[in-house]
Order: sequence, then structure tokens, then C-alpha cells
Amino acid sequence: MIQPTTVTLKEAADPRKQVSERQRIWRRFKRYRPGLFGLGVIVLLVLLAVFSPWIAPHPPEEIHTPLRGAGPSSDYWLGNDDIGRDILSRLIYGSRIALIVGLGATAIAVTIGITVGATAGYFGGKVDFVLSRFVDTLMAFPLLALLLTLSSVFGPSLRNVVVVIGLTVWAAYARLVRAEVLSLREHDFILAARASGAGDRRIIFRHIVPNAMGPVIVIASLAIGGVIILESALSFLGLGVARPTASWGTMLSDGREFIRNYPHIAIAPGIAITITVLSFNLVGDGLRDALDPRQKE
Amino acid sequence: MLTYLIQRLLQGLIVIFMVSLLTFIVMQLAPGDPVRLMVGQAYVTPETLEAIREKWGLNDPWYVQYWTWISNLARGDLGTSIIRQGVPISDMVKDAAGMTIRLNILSFIVSTSIALPVGVLAAVKRYSWFDYGSMLGSTLGVAVPNYWIGLMAIVVFSVQLSWLPPYGADSWRGYILPVIVLSIAEMAALARLTRGATIEVMNQDYVVTSRAKGLAPRVLILQHIVRNALLPIITIMGYRIAFILSGTIVVETVFAWPGLGRLFYNSITSHDFQVVQAVVILLTVIVVVINILTDLTYAFIDPRVRVR
Repeated sequence: MIQPTTVTLKEAADPRKQVSERQRIWRRFKRYRPGLFGLGVIVLLVLLAVFSPWIAPHPPEEIHTPLRGAGPSSDYWLGNDDIGRDILSRLIYGSRIALIVGLGATAIAVTIGITVGATAGYFGGKVDFVLSRFVDTLMAFPLLALLLTLSSVFGPSLRNVVVVIGLTVWAAYARLVRAEVLSLREHDFILAARASGAGDRRIIFRHIVPNAMGPVIVIASLAIGGVIILESALSFLGLGVARPTASWGTMLSDGREFIRNYPHIAIAPGIAITITVLSFNLVGDGLRDALDPRQKE
Repeated sequence: MLTYLIQRLLQGLIVIFMVSLLTFIVMQLAPGDPVRLMVGQAYVTPETLEAIREKWGLNDPWYVQYWTWISNLARGDLGTSIIRQGVPISDMVKDAAGMTIRLNILSFIVSTSIALPVGVLAAVKRYSWFDYGSMLGSTLGVAVPNYWIGLMAIVVFSVQLSWLPPYGADSWRGYILPVIVLSIAEMAALARLTRGATIEVMNQDYVVTSRAKGLAPRVLILQHIVRNALLPIITIMGYRIAFILSGTIVVETVFAWPGLGRLFYNSITSHDFQVVQAVVILLTVIVVVINILTDLTYAFIDPRVRVR
């Protein structure tokens, strides 16, 4: 599927109306409605996360003992959890954890993945062999088993969750960047850069990596949702973010214990996770169409 | 073909070796003294502790311990658990592996038998209500956490309606919820993948030609389109096995399914690291074997690969 070019004849003829690459991407992205919806939800989530203390109707860790397991009321819109905390407020604060882990861990993974992939692809030979076996190993590991092990060894905390997830999900980026570098390094502009005296480091990070960024951004935006699910699963199993911090996963874990008596505790966090992951996936789909038309699913 | 197979087997062995080394090193970093865990609250003199350490080889340097472990592993001996003494880890793992494999094969059958036809139909009837509906469903299916679906299913079908047991694998009715919940994510991913692959093939010249010369749509879809679309689908499905096993860990925990996932989780929480190591190695072996089988299937289906 080849996307029609978005520069019209009129624009091309009129030098004052030249569109930048960024504007062109935005224009293509805009055409995919679900992507815009996802972007809207993410903007809303970021606002919720930043302004939690002003938006949340109650402090997230405040315990109202008489209201243990109470259903929705005018004061507590989503009801109270098993020890009487306001579910809505905890949900709002939980968006912070989801975004910090989703974006933080993905940033770490992208950094490692680009470095490893570019090094393997550029130097080839033994370096490539060793790094590629490392990537194979990570790809063959059932991710959650590795995460649970690492997190039980290093102890559950927000910082550890971000680091541990970041350290384990970079293999896909490394594989992608390696393949891009293999095809890019034969191009004339690399030869030109070398002829004008650029060193390996400069060639890799100034000339090769920027050219491989498109697909990396697409994969990363599609992976953030997966990372958020991983965090919630870790917290759900008690090895993610430590209590009493409100994370959607720990809220579900509380809900699970009281599923017979207070099933309402487990409903809202699950919906929050689904909507968040869905929105990141939709933005990812939109970005894929806008940045890399060849990679259509 | 034979060299290809040998090459893949060697790569697989390297992966298993690396995983074993990595897990072993991580286990060494784990806080807590295994001997302390073993004796529990009982009063023991430091001399006795030292004697126990000596007996289990815990005073040896880590690479000596690793070597003992890996050479026992190669003979199929996974050792005994320090926490749950008396039961060989091999026995624990054997029963659990059977249950996990059963659960996963069933959910594989459920998800493929629904997702493949849905994906092909959505592609053939592109931009129809069926296409939009099924893609909306699968987009949601990819985004929803499977353990949450599991919890909600327990609330509705076990607590409210009391149709199905909330946990355990004692009768066939205990299989229904875990199998369906485990299938959802795969079903959704596979339906999207199938639709994409089918559309890709439908745009190929030979399909257009076949259609132009008046080939019956039924024959065209089944013999020309689906057969060719299966290639990328099989490859990607094979590589998703690691994700599927990750899903098993949570789903088994939610439904108290007596499989590898729950054994793994229980061992993690009780700091029974020998069992953790054993399960991790076993899961990796499963992943590696399935990846090699996928590559072989691919070579078997695609004549172009066989020739090379």
C-alpha cells in the first residue's frame, strides 16, 4: 500500500507554503480517526496524572473504615475499597504509575535496543554474533517469568519495576535497528561521511540511527501498551509497585481478594487499564500509517 | 536442509545455555540465606549451619555450583527443593508441565479455529460491518489484561450464576474459564494478523489475474489466498509462544490451575529458587523447541525455503 503524497501541486508551486516533514506526518496521522481518539485519551491521562492532587476528590491513601466495601455514592462515585479508600481517587493517582512505567521503561528499552542493534549491525562479525545470541536469549525468555524473578530478587518498588521492565524488553528494538543498519551502512552517504573524516561513533549516532528512527518510534508506541499491561500484571501478583501506593495492578489485586463480597472493587481499574492500553495501541497504529506506510499490518 | 536444522539446533542450545547461566547468576544475587530458610525457626548452632552448607556445596564458588547444577540438569536430574524437601523437583515439574501443556493446546485450538476464519472473512469482506465489528473486538481483545477478564468471568459465571467452578482442574467444567480467558488475547492478535496477511496476498498480481480469468471466489480464497497468507501467520505465531507462556503464568494463578505457571509463582513467593530455576529452564526449552518446529513447518510448507 503506497500512501498518496500529501503535497499538492499548489503547495509545491508556492514556496511560501512549504510543509515541513513534521507537518506532513501530522497530516497523515490526522486521517486515522481512532488514532486521534487515542491521542485525546492520552492527553487526558497526562493531565490527570500531573494534576492528580487537584482533581482527585479524596487523598488516595485516606482510610474511611465505616465505608469498607461500600458501593458507589454521591461522595464516592466509584465506591470504596476493602479498607474504605476512595476508588476514584486511587484510580486517578494510578494513572501516574501507568504513565511513568509505560514511558520510562520504554525509554530505557529503546536506548539499549538502539545501542545494541546499531553496534551489532555496524561492526558485524564476532560482535554481531555475540550480541545477536543475547537478543535471541531475551526473545526466548517468557518475559513475565524473567520479570517476576528479577523483581523478587531486587525487591518490588516503582523504580525497580521501571528498570527491570526496561532492561528486559529491548530485544525487539535491537533486532529492528540491526536490520536497518545492515541496509543503511552500504549507502553512499555513509561513505561520504567516512571520507570527510567521521569516526565510527559519529557515523552510527549522527548518520545511521536518525535514519532508522521511524520504525523504532512506531514499534515503541505500539509497545507502551504492552509495558503497561506487564506492570499491572506484576503489581497484581504482588511483585510490582509496593503497597499502599495506588497502582491499577495493586488495586486489582486488592479486588481479587474480596471478589466474592465486593466485586465492584475490581471493575474500574480493569477498565482503566484497557482504555489506556487501547489508546496507546491506536496511536501506534496511526503512527505506523503516517511514518512507515510500507509496514501496514 | 540438514545443515539448516543443525544450525537451528545449535542456536537453540546456545540460548538454553545462556538462559541457564543468567538465571543462575540472578539467583546468586537473591537476598536471604537458603540454609536459614531451610531450618526455619529451629535453634541451630553456627557449626550445624556450617555443616549443612558444606553438605549442600553452598561454600563452593558459584561456577562450581553452576557446573554441578548444569551437569545434573543434562542428565535430567533437577535436584531437590530445600524448602519442600522429599519431593524431587523433576516430579513436581513433570505433573505441572502436563497441566500447562494441556491448557495451552486447548486454548491454541480454540483461538486458531475462531481467529483464522474471522480474519480471512474480515479481509474478504473488507470495509463491511463484519470487518469493522471483528476488528473493533480484536483491538479491544489485545488491550484488555487477561487476568482481569478472568476475575470478571469468576464474578459472573462462578459467584453470580454459579455455573462453573472458580478454580481447580478437577472436572471438565474447570477447564472452560481458563481455556477461554487464555485464548482471548491470542485470538485477537491472530485475527488482526490473519486479516492483514490476507489483504496483502489479495493485492498480489496472481490473485488479480485468477480473478480476472473467472476463477470461482471459493477456490480463489481457499487455494490461492489463504494458503499463501498462512506463511507469515505461522512464523509470527511461532515467535509469540514466549508471550503465550507469560500469559499462562497469570491465568494459572488467577484460576489456581495446577500448572507450571502457578508452580513458578508459588516458588517465587516462597523463595524456593531451585524450583524457579527449574521452571525457567523448562519454559525456555519449550519456547526453543516450538520455535525450531515453527521454522521446520515453514520450510515444509514453503517449497522455496526447502530448496535452499
